Amino acid sequence: MRWFAKQRYVIDFTLSSLLRRKGKNTALVLVYTLVVFMLASTMFFTYAIKKEAVIVLDNAPDIVVQRLVAGRHDLIPISYGDRIQKIKGVNSVKPKLWGYYFDSIFGANYTLIVPEDFPHGRGNIAIGYGVAKVSTSQVDYILPFWDHKGSMTSFTIKEILSSESELVSSDLILISEDDFRMLFGIPMEYATNLALKVRNKKELPVIAAKIKKIFPDTRPIIKDELLRTYDSVFNWRSGLLLIILSSAVLAFIIFAWDKASGLSAEERKEIGILKAIGWETSDVILMKFWEGTVISLTSFLAGLLLAYGHVFFSSSILFEPVLKGWAVIYPKFRLVPFIDPYQIAILFFLSVVPYTVATIVPSWRAATVDPDSVMRT
Amino acid sequence: MIELDNIKKVFNLGKPNEFTAIHGITLEIPAKSVTVLQGPSGSGKTTLLSLIGCMARPTAGRIKLKLARHHDSSANPGFPGGEITSLPERFLTEIRRNDFGFIFQHYNLIKGLTALENVMLPAYPEGEPHGELQQRAIALLDLFNIVDKADARVEYLSGGESQRVSIARALINNPSVIIADEPTAHLDTGLSLEFMEILQNLRNQGKTVVVASHDPIVYENKIVDTVIALRDGRVEPPLTHMEH
Ligand SMILES: Nc1ncnc2c1ncn2[C@@H]1O[C@H](COP(=O)(O)OP(=O)(O)OP(=O)(O)O)[C@@H](O)[C@H]1O
Ligand SMILES: [Mg+2]
Repeated sequence: MRWFAKQRYVIDFTLSSLLRRKGKNTALVLVYTLVVFMLASTMFFTYAIKKEAVIVLDNAPDIVVQRLVAGRHDLIPISYGDRIQKIKGVNSVKPKLWGYYFDSIFGANYTLIVPEDFPHGRGNIAIGYGVAKVSTSQVDYILPFWDHKGSMTSFTIKEILSSESELVSSDLILISEDDFRMLFGIPMEYATNLALKVRNKKELPVIAAKIKKIFPDTRPIIKDELLRTYDSVFNWRSGLLLIILSSAVLAFIIFAWDKASGLSAEERKEIGILKAIGWETSDVILMKFWEGTVISLTSFLAGLLLAYGHVFFSSSILFEPVLKGWAVIYPKFRLVPFIDPYQIAILFFLSVVPYTVATIVPSWRAATVDPDSVMRT
Repeated sequence: MIELDNIKKVFNLGKPNEFTAIHGITLEIPAKSVTVLQGPSGSGKTTLLSLIGCMARPTAGRIKLKLARHHDSSANPGFPGGEITSLPERFLTEIRRNDFGFIFQHYNLIKGLTALENVMLPAYPEGEPHGELQQRAIALLDLFNIVDKADARVEYLSGGESQRVSIARALINNPSVIIADEPTAHLDTGLSLEFMEILQNLRNQGKTVVVASHDPIVYENKIVDTVIALRDGRVEPPLTHMEH
């Protein structure tokens, strides 16, 4: 009972003490929130994008076989698939058709894919959210394309895609096989690449090596390698962000250390008075602990919430200058909200803990010296 | 009773600016009486008060506190013979909180808090129920005729009001010793005499009062039982010894 009453008194005192130094504490909370916001935004963003990559690759084939001609990705004969199908351990081989299309009218890049079952039939397409935005189109609108011979064809939009992975589906256009071949002029015997499903994932490298041996002009890509490529691209991007962020964090640490550890003469005197009238050193530390906790938790939660909104609802608008160029339709996508408790824990231990310690240590030092100086000031 | 046995206080010991403020003082402060430490500026009054009040430790010598509370074994923090000089810090804090009430020269109220909150502050570590504590604090403010200022922030109080708040704060934990440093320094004659009356009441309630002052209104006052004259950190031969 007494213990609880005491905690209440100390917390009451802490709160009123925070209000008494409103200017200093508001400034602290603002800067602190900003830093947590930046850190959390980067973390959310990079993790969410990695997660997107995983979602995409989850549906991806185990091995993708491309054909290289003079080091360039070229069409692959579908007949290659018949031979590959005979390799032990290969479950299925499917020819895939896809390609990029630059739309000179709207100045945007689309990714055209022929899905396994395209429900809308010839003359129709399904488009990603980003494509719809860029071309300001809706269902039943018509989207014009230039085919490989230079004449204009149009397709009717039958569906706007909403996928759990908007980053990837954003610039997507799904089209029927016949329309795709007609548009790009791809003969029936060719595909863009071959997609393989494999029975035992452990055999992936062996199968890839066999394919390479049978068809030296091919390049088999294992799913893990795709994932790694994704990883390095995003790590490079977030690395750049990290440089910006670490300067912000450094500035914050200096600022926080100065504000938190540099007890003002008034605070020092206050601690002296409390000690003189019978507060224990532990009571003073408890008070400072609450002070640090209130400030850092408030800022931490505020920064976290703002970052969440920023990354998942405003499409990381502030990162646009840094990240632009990775996709032409960059700002049009929305990431799937995703939070890793582990990142939150890291953020917590990087901000709340050091700040609270920085508030306690100098007060503890002030509280352990003899309080007789208050008799003279 | 408080006994000082050959107390010395050296500031900045071993440094070039080493300074001996108290040169081996031996004296007894009788219980339930008013004692005044009198002397010119720099004679060591404040230093001696902080040693008595467990705010600082003497460089040499011993201080013994023989207070009623410590005869009661359940409350005895465990210092044989009332010897406090070598007690760990947390016992000194406990003694400051429960046995002493301080009236500082500059009041040392905490700005931004109300008068009432300031009075309650020394009792926080004990974790007493809020209602009871608040009632006692209001009763004390009432006793010193400033209950109408209970909810005023202390920085808006006059000097005399501030002092009465600080007296109420000194009494909140019902200490047996009241320590006051230059209590009349900022008061006019009328208020100074009023303050002496308050001291008289406290003594009549059985409290031990120790005051440092070079104000004749204090040390020549008829309510004073003992005057100890200090000069250059030493006790001068007794000037006055008032009888009642
Ligand atoms: N922390 C300290 N470090 C060094 N010297 C000190 C310290 N505190 C006090 N002194 C010195 O000790 C001497 C006694 O000081 P003290 O404050 O006890 O005198 P006082 O009798 O209370 O004077 P006053 O009447 O002016 O309040 C003074 O010379 C003072 O400068
Ligand atoms: Mg003094």
